Amino acid sequence: MSALLEVSGVSVSFDGFKAINNLSFSIGSAELRAIIGPNGAGKTTFMDIITGKTRPDEGRVVWGDLSRSLLDMSEAKIAQAGIGRKFQKPTVFEDQTVEENLVMALKNKRGPFSALFYKRSADDMTRVGELAEEINLSDRLRFKAGELSHGQKQWLEIGMLLAQDPQLLLVDEPAAGMTPSEREHTTALLVEAAKTCAVVVVEHDMEFVRRLNCRVTVLHEGAVLTEGSLDHVTSNQEVIDVYLGR
Amino acid sequence: MRTHVLAALMFLVSAVVTFAQTDSAVGPMQVVLQDHKEAILESSRRTIGPAIDAVVASKLQQARGVLNTWQGKDMWYHQPSGLFYQAQKVEGRTYRLIDFDTGEIVGEADKSDLKQIKPNSGIRAMIATALVRFQLEDPDPSMRAKGLTGIERAPNASLLEPLVASIESETDPDLRARKTRLAILLTISFSDDDPARVAAIEEVSGDLGVDIRGTLNPLVTKETRAFQGDIPDELNVAQTRVPGRDGFTRAAAYQLLVDAEQAPALITDDQVRLSLAEHIDGGQVGGVPIARLGDTEARSRAYAALAAAGKVPPLVSEADIDRTLQSFRFADVYAETSPAVTQAAEAALVRIATRVFFSQTADLALDALSLASIYFLAAIGLAITFGVMGVINMAHGEFIMMGAYTGYVVQQFIPNHTVSILVAVPLAFVVTFAAGVALERLVIRWLYNRPLETLLATFGISIALQQLAKNIFGTQARPLTAPGWLDGALVLNPVISISYIRIAIFVLALIFLGVFLYIMKRTRLGLETRAVTQNPRMAGAMGINPGRVNMLTFGLGSGIAGIAGVAIGLFAKVTSELGSDYIVQSFMTVVVGGVGNIWGTLAGATMIGFLQKGIEWMNPSNTLAAQTYMIIFIIVFIQFRPRGIITLRGRAAGD
Amino acid sequence: MQKSFVMRNPSTLVFLAALAMFTILVTVLAEGSGAGVISTSFVKTLGKTLCLALAAVAMDLVWGYAGILSLGHFAFFGLGGYMIGMWLMYERTRGIVEASLAEAQIPPTAQEVVDAIGNQIFGVVGSSEFPIVWSFSDSLAIQLALVVLVPGALAAVFGWLAFRSRVTGVYLSILTQAMTLALALHLFQNDSGLRGNNGLSGLQNLPGMTHVPQATISIWFFWGSALALGLGYLFASWIVFGKFGSVIRGIRDDEARVRFLGYPVETYKLFLFTVTAMIAGIAGALYYPQAGIVNPAEVAPIASIYLAVWVAIGGRGRLYGAVIGAIFVSLVSSWFTGGQVPDVNLGFYTIKWVDWWLIVLGLSFVAVTLFAPKGIGGLVDLWADRKSPDRHGADLGPSEGSLQEKEAVE
Repeated sequence: MSALLEVSGVSVSFDGFKAINNLSFSIGSAELRAIIGPNGAGKTTFMDIITGKTRPDEGRVVWGDLSRSLLDMSEAKIAQAGIGRKFQKPTVFEDQTVEENLVMALKNKRGPFSALFYKRSADDMTRVGELAEEINLSDRLRFKAGELSHGQKQWLEIGMLLAQDPQLLLVDEPAAGMTPSEREHTTALLVEAAKTCAVVVVEHDMEFVRRLNCRVTVLHEGAVLTEGSLDHVTSNQEVIDVYLGR
Repeated sequence: MRTHVLAALMFLVSAVVTFAQTDSAVGPMQVVLQDHKEAILESSRRTIGPAIDAVVASKLQQARGVLNTWQGKDMWYHQPSGLFYQAQKVEGRTYRLIDFDTGEIVGEADKSDLKQIKPNSGIRAMIATALVRFQLEDPDPSMRAKGLTGIERAPNASLLEPLVASIESETDPDLRARKTRLAILLTISFSDDDPARVAAIEEVSGDLGVDIRGTLNPLVTKETRAFQGDIPDELNVAQTRVPGRDGFTRAAAYQLLVDAEQAPALITDDQVRLSLAEHIDGGQVGGVPIARLGDTEARSRAYAALAAAGKVPPLVSEADIDRTLQSFRFADVYAETSPAVTQAAEAALVRIATRVFFSQTADLALDALSLASIYFLAAIGLAITFGVMGVINMAHGEFIMMGAYTGYVVQQFIPNHTVSILVAVPLAFVVTFAAGVALERLVIRWLYNRPLETLLATFGISIALQQLAKNIFGTQARPLTAPGWLDGALVLNPVISISYIRIAIFVLALIFLGVFLYIMKRTRLGLETRAVTQNPRMAGAMGINPGRVNMLTFGLGSGIAGIAGVAIGLFAKVTSELGSDYIVQSFMTVVVGGVGNIWGTLAGATMIGFLQKGIEWMNPSNTLAAQTYMIIFIIVFIQFRPRGIITLRGRAAGD
Repeated sequence: MQKSFVMRNPSTLVFLAALAMFTILVTVLAEGSGAGVISTSFVKTLGKTLCLALAAVAMDLVWGYAGILSLGHFAFFGLGGYMIGMWLMYERTRGIVEASLAEAQIPPTAQEVVDAIGNQIFGVVGSSEFPIVWSFSDSLAIQLALVVLVPGALAAVFGWLAFRSRVTGVYLSILTQAMTLALALHLFQNDSGLRGNNGLSGLQNLPGMTHVPQATISIWFFWGSALALGLGYLFASWIVFGKFGSVIRGIRDDEARVRFLGYPVETYKLFLFTVTAMIAGIAGALYYPQAGIVNPAEVAPIASIYLAVWVAIGGRGRLYGAVIGAIFVSLVSSWFTGGQVPDVNLGFYTIKWVDWWLIVLGLSFVAVTLFAPKGIGGLVDLWADRKSPDRHGADLGPSEGSLQEKEAVE
């Protein structure tokens, strides 16, 4: 299986503190992967590197069939290449309607002139309808995103990610602050998404990870500690030490 | 030696003669005067020289008095006795006669018996020169200094000899140095002895004094001259010139000939037009209809026709100019005739110029440093409110202004400038601290995390405060006078000098830096400020009252701005626009330096100060242009270091 | 299936209708074309106010919609004025010079005419040579093109430099302010080629129109200004109510999110910055012929800050807010500073509004920022019951506009 994303030997340090230390990681297409790790393990920095927000001091990040390096691409270019990212805190455009949020995320040409002369095509609106259905917001299309509940915003953001038609989804703590039923729906959304694209979920909540039922990568001090099924990693002594403290 | 013997001899001889002529005994000075009786009575500039010299050469104590009297037109000739006396008018036509030798009144005489000796201005100048000798050897040092000043003001050739003569006996070391230096200058300017002049020039060739350059420059003045045929050998030629080369344009060369009336003047387009207008003849000029003269080509045709008819001087064509120029040779000729002297002077001036250049660079660096301190002073308050707290306060400039006005008001009540400044500094701090606290409590605290709105709200405060200052103090500038001990400048050499005010501001900037570092790193307030800035909620959880800390920190930043205002007011005029003149530069200083770091602010101020002075030095006439280029440079600079010179990297820096 | 954007946004229609009504009303009442109720100078004031409103619309686009608080748009406004002013001044001086030279005995050559014009225009700065920036001043077409090209080019270069290094927020504001200051200082120099602090004057006289009274010309310019404002407003509506508007509002609220959606944020900002600079340039080109004079003081940073003030008072993030703010504040300002408001005698002190108006303006500005962040436009919300999400607590997200603390736990 050829890897969709291949991160190898990446390091980055801030003022002498090594946030990521010679980290290597790869994920295939249409794979669901959970990343866990204690605070400060470098999970967010890891996502920053892939999405181009942070430039690593060394290492390679190679993407897709064409094996392009992501390191010299801008954030926007990386996003256009098919990597979507969901932040830890739900970030949707609260001042705009759910529909506008989704339309903005739809996979279309991103240049200013394309946006200026953009007309909502029937196809696009159908897709928006489908997405809204998927994220349980069909009846909220005309509402401002700011009026949604916390869980709904998380869904909207996931919906926006899906609207981009990405090949890789990076999802940061999607279940935080959700009610149990909302979590269930979120799990379903992610599992469904993983059928068509690769999904990387960063999560603290073991219960949620268990429900995702996928391969788990454990990060610690900026490097991969171990990898495998959840049962495998939770029985690993090192992992237990890291989580409980030595 | 020889002159002394001669004088003594002359004295004896003349004494014998006068004793023979007059029955009464006369003093030695009278003898000298009698000896030159004809010359003195004739009072002609051509013949008087020996008479004055003889008075001086007599070495008599009275000589000086005689010369003074003579110069003051108070010397009279008593015809019956044939003697010279100092005369004073008693009343009417009666004059009292005073003997030169004894200083005693010898009697009175009627004006009809007297003849006043009236030296003309030329003779008086000669007498004055002779007097300088006495002045230079006067026992009173202040008189000697006065004499030197006189020479410095109006140097001339005849002063050289008495000056040199007086050096040996000079006891005061300062005056001796002055005399020596002046002697060198006079030697350079007036000596007949070329090797001596060259030696003198070489002696001063490293000296930066303006007087030295003032002496040397006339030696190397040269004039471009045109010569028909060969250049005479006896001229001291600096270089030969060829028209059209090395910046010596053909036009300039031709103009030289025109000025020397050796070539016909060029006829300008204006003159052509006027000539044409003068010769209008039945709607035509030189056969060309007037209506068509709006064209250059038609005009020259008409003018050529007039010239052919002999009505106007013909145009000077390019070919004419070439022909004329070819028959002349051009050269830069020194006014000074000795090549050795001009060469030495040129070399000395080059050496001096090099030294002046380095000194000027040093002076510029000092200037830049003081400008940097001013920017630092203006920006350090911002470094706290903007740099540490992240509050953008557009009214910061007005706090500086408030400080300056506080200083002004204090001076209205306390006339002693030293005391008033000592009162004004803490008072300015108190006033602006209070204003800052009020601003923070009333406005800014509602706007944390809304930086753009803070910017606009504080801008509203800024225009209100400015207008308020205008309403209270009027639009004209108010003086804030520095204490007397800050007047003047520290002079390192004739080129490098720095005023005490600037030194004081530099010191003040250093003190502020120290105070800032102390408060931020060593006090409870600094610790709490840093805590609140980094994480207000966490700080709150640890028992710090963020509101109070923010208030105090903002007040501190504003208070420092007030003190800076007093300092800035000392050298700038205090107006309501004082603050707005500094606000953009202050923000630039903080941004360029790197936000949140006092060393960055220091680096930013230094960079901006040096940059501005550097650009001003390249284009000294235009400080506006310097500021323009500086701002453009800063905009470009931020491209390369968006976070400033000194940056915080990593997650702590935020995004 | 889609309605035109104007139909979907009735506020645009309402605005255009109001503007048309206003134009007709002024025309009917003006001295130059109707009843003569409105004096020529007041027609000019109204025309100028419409130009300011257009500049405010441009400002609202960059600030209210895209969140870029530019303190340079009035500089672009001034530049537009300078560009048209060069042609006006050149042509008018040419008319005068040719008339006076026609009396001379010998007809002037072309060069003599140009020299005389140069002498007339640059005599005040001790020069008579035409600087290079005046190369095209004899061509109306080129100068008209420069009205948009020069501000556009300056904005493009500056914006490219600023945005690519990701300068945002107050830093960008300070940087734009510095740019404006640099431009003003440059123009203040005598050797800038634009007559130093004298500026360009006599712009109210249209070359070749000396026989037309100012009363009529003022109406023409009023129409021109109204037309420009109408078109500018329409254009701005078209920009903000489409997907482009969606993206720039997204940039305002959360720049990083937009970037991770794949939009080249810097390109959008640059595009908007440049286009609005051009709009400001056009507004300036219409304003200064009505004002009669343009000088560097007009370009000073403070003017750009005022522009922001108008938008804020009117209500940013809505186009009509910007227009209302500009019209309201500039008219009230000229009312107060014109000495038409009676002084208030407090017994111990007489408040002269000429002196105190700026203080009132400054403080009311603070009050608006603190108590009515939506500005005058907020009143429309009260009436239309347009509500934005009710937020409470401190910011949670990485920037303004994101979820807030208390919401997250609800």
